Amino acid sequence: MVTLAAGPGGDLEAQIEQWRQFVARRHAMAKDDVDELEDHLRGHVADLGRVGLTEDEAFLVAVKRMGSLDEVSQEFAREHSDRLWRQLVLPSAGDARSNRRARRELLLVLLLAVASGLAINLPELFGISLNEDGAFYARNLSLFSLPFLAGYFAWKRGMAPTRALGMLVPPFLLGAALVNAPMFVPGGSTQVLAAIHLPIVLWFVVGLAYVGGDWRSHQPRMDFIRFTGEWAIYYTLLALGGGVLVGLTAAGFAAVSVEIEPVLTEWVLPCGAMGAVMVAAWLVEAKQSVVENMAPVLTRVFTPLTTLMLLALLTATLAAGDVVEADRTLLILVDLILVLVFGLLLYSVSARDADAAPSAFDRWLLLLLASAVVVDLLMLGAMLGRIAEFGASPNKVAALGLNLVLLVSLTWSARLLVEFLRGRRPAAALERWQTTYLPVLAAWAAVVVAVLPPLFSFQ
Amino acid sequence: MGVRVGMSIEKDLVAASATPLVLGILAEGESYGYAILRRVSELSGGTMTWTDGMLYPLLHRLERLGLVQGAWHVAANGRRRKQYAITAAGLAALAERRQQWQAVTEALNRVFQVGTTMTPTSSAVRSAW
Repeated sequence: MVTLAAGPGGDLEAQIEQWRQFVARRHAMAKDDVDELEDHLRGHVADLGRVGLTEDEAFLVAVKRMGSLDEVSQEFAREHSDRLWRQLVLPSAGDARSNRRARRELLLVLLLAVASGLAINLPELFGISLNEDGAFYARNLSLFSLPFLAGYFAWKRGMAPTRALGMLVPPFLLGAALVNAPMFVPGGSTQVLAAIHLPIVLWFVVGLAYVGGDWRSHQPRMDFIRFTGEWAIYYTLLALGGGVLVGLTAAGFAAVSVEIEPVLTEWVLPCGAMGAVMVAAWLVEAKQSVVENMAPVLTRVFTPLTTLMLLALLTATLAAGDVVEADRTLLILVDLILVLVFGLLLYSVSARDADAAPSAFDRWLLLLLASAVVVDLLMLGAMLGRIAEFGASPNKVAALGLNLVLLVSLTWSARLLVEFLRGRRPAAALERWQTTYLPVLAAWAAVVVAVLPPLFSFQ
Repeated sequence: MGVRVGMSIEKDLVAASATPLVLGILAEGESYGYAILRRVSELSGGTMTWTDGMLYPLLHRLERLGLVQGAWHVAANGRRRKQYAITAAGLAALAERRQQWQAVTEALNRVFQVGTTMTPTSSAVRSAW
């Protein structure tokens, strides 16, 4: 092996790794291309070292000789123009070992999808039919699909089996026990609230599996946030496609007078809905960074629109003077507005380039946050009197709690954003705040599922 | 030979000669990116130094056209390396390019010869054309 003059050997490796990451970010360059270029770089560095340059000098010269990265990647893009369409790179390229692993993964995903489809049909055996006990299925929907998703990620991240079981199984069992507790008044608010918040808690448990148990680090949390956004979009697309297919099937069979309706509603739809959870997750994992994340793109489109809507709402509220129907629906309305704004902020932050300077879009974001907070405070202020008047109910407590949780996050984010725009804080601070706050959301959802019902005697 | 070190060659010339050079080098034997580049520098006496990164899109284009065949091997230093070998189609393309270049260089040689012997009063120049 060629020994280069001076400099610790690890330095060169670190520099090459950094260069590699920089190159790999270019979308026209596939992993193979980066490998080729890296091999070239190493050969050049070795040669220069033989001539007498130090490691650092050799690296600099070699990188400079590689040429302007923009031009090179443009040439690659021109050559591989099909990559510009960001087609899903399913296992066809690459070496044999990665192909085998990819095929094993696909098999596992299909198996788990089938399993979750079967799981949703399991209660039938115990006499709980879909038509009559719809509420049961609605409550436990997440329990039929999310455990399998968590299992998939535990396998994919290579979690030790004992650790995976210890971390993931108890929350699922606890969740199942809590939401199906016989103490609930059937159809009461606490039960409905618990049923709505359980999927959120269990999604965070899936997140635990997604990060491979490493929930304390911030980078994996951000990755999970990105995964969630993409998964939601892919699931929606699959659901739409599936819906169209089922509709066509129903119409087609009706045309030939074959009675297929029960099969569709009792088998195909539920199994499809559960299986799609797995398939959507697999698609998101398979695409990685080959396909641009859609969630930030949607965010870019909807942020200005939402800001304008909120400003209009704000003007209307101030002009109207008094809030007329200050009741539960209004509370839920402001909650939903906050959730939307929170989502927009989260996904804008998730796609932001860490070194980019403040842009016009960031100012839109600040305006969005400011108007959302003001609208929220105005509405709350108007309702406060009425809420105190009629006392606490589970719905009001849950809605107010969510409102508070989101308000804190958005206000602090607004503050960080102001400082970022002033140039006093890096953009990373904003991202850090989002990932730091994630456990708070999980905790709140858990409170609604576990603490609220006993507090209100399961009414 | 008339080749000065440090002489810069026009971009169009470099681009036009790239494909036949690479094909010719691969016709000498199987090779990989960095070695090809070194050979180019050798052959041209150091005057033709390409932008390293541009070699690879070219190799990929040649591979797509079926003129070369690429295969991944494990190199001596333990890393993955892609080796390229010329194909039959590549050899045919090389022969064709060689004919084209010969035609061009013959024409140019005649012009350069005439140019060196040309004096303002030489009638031989006018009759040569």
